[in-house]
Amino acid sequence: MQASAEFRELRHAHRSFAFPLTIAFVAWYLLYVLLSNYAGDFMGTKLFGNINVALVLGLAQFLTTFLIAWWYSRHAATKLDPKAEAIKSRMEGGA
Amino acid sequence: MNPAMTLAAGEASEHRPLIISLFAVFVLATLVITVWAGRQTKDAADFYAGGRQFTGFQNGLAVSGDYMSAASFLGIAGAIALFGYDGFLYSIGFLVAWLVALLLVAEPLRNSGRYTMGDVLAYRMRQRPVRTAAGTSTIVVSIFYLLAQMAGAGVLVSLLLGITSDAGKVGIVALVGVLMIVYVTIGGMKGTTWVQMVKAVLLIAGALLITFLVLLKFDFNVSDLLGSAADNSGKHSAFLEPGLKYGIDSTTKLDFLSLGIALVLGTAGLPHILIRFYTVPTAKAARKSVNWAIGIIGVFYLMTIALGFGAAALIKPDEIIASNKAGNTAAPLLALHLGGVDSTWGAILLASISAVAFATILAVVAGLTLASSSSFAHDIYANVIKKGQATEKQEVRAARYATVLIGIVSIGLGALARDLNVAGLVALAFAVAASANLPTILYSLFWKRFTTQGALWSIYGGLVTAVGLVLFSPVVSGKPTSMFPDVDFHWFPLENPGLISIPVGFLLGWLGTVLSKEEPNTAKYAELEVRSLTGTGAH
Repeated sequence: MQASAEFRELRHAHRSFAFPLTIAFVAWYLLYVLLSNYAGDFMGTKLFGNINVALVLGLAQFLTTFLIAWWYSRHAATKLDPKAEAIKSRMEGGA
Repeated sequence: MNPAMTLAAGEASEHRPLIISLFAVFVLATLVITVWAGRQTKDAADFYAGGRQFTGFQNGLAVSGDYMSAASFLGIAGAIALFGYDGFLYSIGFLVAWLVALLLVAEPLRNSGRYTMGDVLAYRMRQRPVRTAAGTSTIVVSIFYLLAQMAGAGVLVSLLLGITSDAGKVGIVALVGVLMIVYVTIGGMKGTTWVQMVKAVLLIAGALLITFLVLLKFDFNVSDLLGSAADNSGKHSAFLEPGLKYGIDSTTKLDFLSLGIALVLGTAGLPHILIRFYTVPTAKAARKSVNWAIGIIGVFYLMTIALGFGAAALIKPDEIIASNKAGNTAAPLLALHLGGVDSTWGAILLASISAVAFATILAVVAGLTLASSSSFAHDIYANVIKKGQATEKQEVRAARYATVLIGIVSIGLGALARDLNVAGLVALAFAVAASANLPTILYSLFWKRFTTQGALWSIYGGLVTAVGLVLFSPVVSGKPTSMFPDVDFHWFPLENPGLISIPVGFLLGWLGTVLSKEEPNTAKYAELEVRSLTGTGAH
């Protein structure tokens, strides 16, 4: 089963989505950590009132986390679940 | 006498009966749940995995309960109150980390394992050595984490009940230990899960209330809140910028980076979080639990802004430090100030928030104990000592004995860690989890060539590096804030070992694999791959 085209497609659909996205959000998070560390002046720039770049970027991390979770779940529900269920029911029924 | 001292000695103790009765109500309610759940716990799947009958939402709530520990509530609020923006990094790292769990770990883990993290790691490896390693690292990570919770308990008690004597503190730590033993031995996973859910609801409600009251004080103007916090802290705009705690020199900056990496990679390697995914019936439900958890935890961490900066704005920094050097009591102090220091309302708020914090500690401690005793019984006792020949009954009995033992050990260690920031201690547990567990989990699930030797090198190498570096770091010795301030044997400059130990864990996993003479078990890997993605044959 692992070598079948059907399963390879499912694996590809998972990996080609999850791996790049993982690299992207880890990089984005590290960028934020590095900016906090080494770009203090930039992070301290006040945007409005006492709200500075650091706070806005921090809140942006929250926002992107929520968005990625939603995006992945949508991808999983439409692209992964149907394929996985088809394989599972065939293996457990037929084999 | 400074205000915090009078608080500890005087005012708070006047309200002792109130605090104690609120706490007693929670304990009583959770004990009822535990006994009820215990009656339904019949076989091993009930004890370890709560019968796998929880819904995605229920488990999401319980995951949040397990995750939002005293570190989040007391530690982060305290870190923000003392160091401003730098404390907020914890909130961000703790949240972003969930994406690793969601995208890479939760679903395959649910499909391929049964009761413990070791199930997945040992799936295609030689069982006994890998399970021994997985069990060892589960227990070490959990004990680090337990230490943090125990420290939080001791701190709260000295603030609330005016108990300053060491004997009194040890007594409370012992009480927490005994309760956690009762929860886990009687209620198993089912009881623990319900306790987590109750606690998550209480914690969110408490945080919402305090956030609302803080914002009300500032007419819902966040900018004003931040401005007052900056002024009251005496650090002015620097309080709102990164760098107060970690920007001092190049070493502290590296420490910040190290902490950041440990936070984001640690979550998906925490055994007590991982075993939660076995309580739901399918991988889809596991995904749903993570999504709920991200939502609930995200909202909670957003509120830490109000809790931390609110404390900074409304309480003099001296008072926070006098009450607890590491700031762990900032949140309860904030509750007292919001209600009015000398008023009944203030006392009620203080008592409620403290009861919530107690509930938090108790629930997390129960979750951690369950994770480590499950791993001991299932990985080490059943599969290593008894070589897979133990009956379910024997296995569950071993788990119960292990619970008692781990309870006693953590009571013993709890007293040592009193003055360390609770969030900092938890960050160490994250670093150990990210170094010893995460590499092996990821390699096992996604790397065909991975071998037993790779798994062992990675787990033990990551574990020894992380724990070893902590041992020789300023956390343990050499600084006034260390565990042993009077001796100095530290040579590793960073407080968090993640920057070194996490790459070491990954590297050793790779090196151990390419250097190993054995052929990888490709047939078994094929089976694991299909199972992890489709759920075929999942328990």
